Amino acid sequence: MSGRPGILFFMAVGLIVLCAGFPFYYAVISSFKSGSDLFQVTYLPVFDMANYRAVFTEQPFGRNILNSIVVALAVVLLSLLLGLLAAYALARVSFRGRGLLLATILSVSMFPQVAVLTGMFEMIRAFGLYNSLPGLIVANMVLTLPFTVWVLTTFMADLPRELEEAAFVDGATPFQVVRLVFLPLMGPAMAATGLLAFIVAWNEFLFALTFTLTNDMRTVPVAIALITGATQYELPWGNIMAASVIVTAPLILLVLVFQRRIVAGLTAGAVKG
Amino acid sequence: MQARIGLVKSGLAGQKARAAFWFVAPMVVALALAAGWPLGRTLYYAFTDATLTDMGRHGFVGFDNFWNPVWGGLFGDAKWWRAVGNTLVFTGVSVGLETVFGILVALAVNRPFRGRGLVRAAVLIPWAIPTIVSAKMWGWMLHDQFGVINDLAMRLGVIDAPIAWMANSATALGAVIAVDVWKTTPFMALLVLAALQTLPGDIYEAARIDGVSRLRVFFRVTLPLIRPALMVAVIFRGLDALRAFDLMYVMAANNADTMTVSVFARQQLVDFQDVGYGSAAAALLFVLVAVLTAVVLTLGRVRMGGAR
Repeated sequence: MSGRPGILFFMAVGLIVLCAGFPFYYAVISSFKSGSDLFQVTYLPVFDMANYRAVFTEQPFGRNILNSIVVALAVVLLSLLLGLLAAYALARVSFRGRGLLLATILSVSMFPQVAVLTGMFEMIRAFGLYNSLPGLIVANMVLTLPFTVWVLTTFMADLPRELEEAAFVDGATPFQVVRLVFLPLMGPAMAATGLLAFIVAWNEFLFALTFTLTNDMRTVPVAIALITGATQYELPWGNIMAASVIVTAPLILLVLVFQRRIVAGLTAGAVKG
Repeated sequence: MQARIGLVKSGLAGQKARAAFWFVAPMVVALALAAGWPLGRTLYYAFTDATLTDMGRHGFVGFDNFWNPVWGGLFGDAKWWRAVGNTLVFTGVSVGLETVFGILVALAVNRPFRGRGLVRAAVLIPWAIPTIVSAKMWGWMLHDQFGVINDLAMRLGVIDAPIAWMANSATALGAVIAVDVWKTTPFMALLVLAALQTLPGDIYEAARIDGVSRLRVFFRVTLPLIRPALMVAVIFRGLDALRAFDLMYVMAANNADTMTVSVFARQQLVDFQDVGYGSAAAALLFVLVAVLTAVVLTLGRVRMGGAR
């Protein structure tokens, strides 16, 4: 595009930033308002930590955060491990059925989550994993594994051939090639994919809602969705906003810091596919 | 030397192929266990009268959950058709708006200006916020008595009296769509931006020298060039919107005004304990998405199958 941006352009950009940022800003200032202040619409911040204390004392929110971290980390590690090995085979070795396998993986990432709900429920109960974190980890793999494999395969396919040929000529085994040649090179790609998988697992709601029963096994999204007040008709909005800010602030920081890598990971999955 | 490398290579091909099998196997097993098996069981249960309390004890009822002359099945259930309608309206309107806004935002942040990096990061914020949190944040902002949206709209003179956005069946689905558009436009903008950045600059230089208007350049040059990437983004988003659950469930629970097919299926399955009926609903959604995905995969060129 040409020409110097004019005043109208900057007003448009300002409007975009306002629309993108205002809701979170409003959640933050609401989270610092307690008592009757909360029911007065204001636009400037005050600082009252009461809601933040209440979130941790009125329900096991610390435990919920821990649950989310355990589930998300386990899901990321498993997805990356399985994904890296599979990506090597899918990107660097030609074997029969490879195209079909890739198409299948892509289709699984399009699965409506609710379509596996019945079968997953049955399986989780059969293994005695109902209302437990391992159950959620298994369930979450449906969501993270397909795109992890897909994105890592795309990245792996872009690396030069000569790298592994030299290693093979030197007598390395395929596993050594993956571990010693590709793993270091795939660092940035693994970081981007891992971060995306973490966000997906951290935000997952339907499985966590359906496969847990007690407050202390819930992950953060379910805990926030089910925060209730003294009566059914009186939601403690201050607590809900405080909990929302607590779980969202780290994500926003991650996204701002790793903006470029995340964009690379997202676009590798979509634009190149 | 040349011959020796050739030998190494041919032995290598076999070694690599064997290794490939063992490398792919764990992933395939994991996917079969976490996706294939549960999906198969859901499809199976769609033809039974199983209940959640004892899924093992069930009878085979054929297509009764889909259609039967006694109580109708899904095809005779007005609530089901309402959910299908909501899902289609939600998908069509939200993806359409996201595409338009995504293109506008991408065009804006593709122009060089001071502070562009900061603006690009700020635009990503809605995408980074968990859907549940977005739903709660907006639920608070749309509150009928204390909500900031009513306050702002009344200050600006758009409305005279507060509106109960989520309780009113004329506005509930619209409100959910608005929140989805807010949350997902950044994703669309990202993909469009990535496509814009691959465009050669000299075309624009030529257009500028020829004095072609910006609008014409956009419709005649930019849009056709980013169309393939845009189609991919629209298809992905569309398939994603068809299975929407989190946003409407948290904003409106099982309210019929916003109930999508996913919410309908889960309500039957968990709240009404009707595994057979709920599975049938989930199976229909799966078939719809599967058919669309198959069409897309066949029409689109999936380049991963190429040489190497």
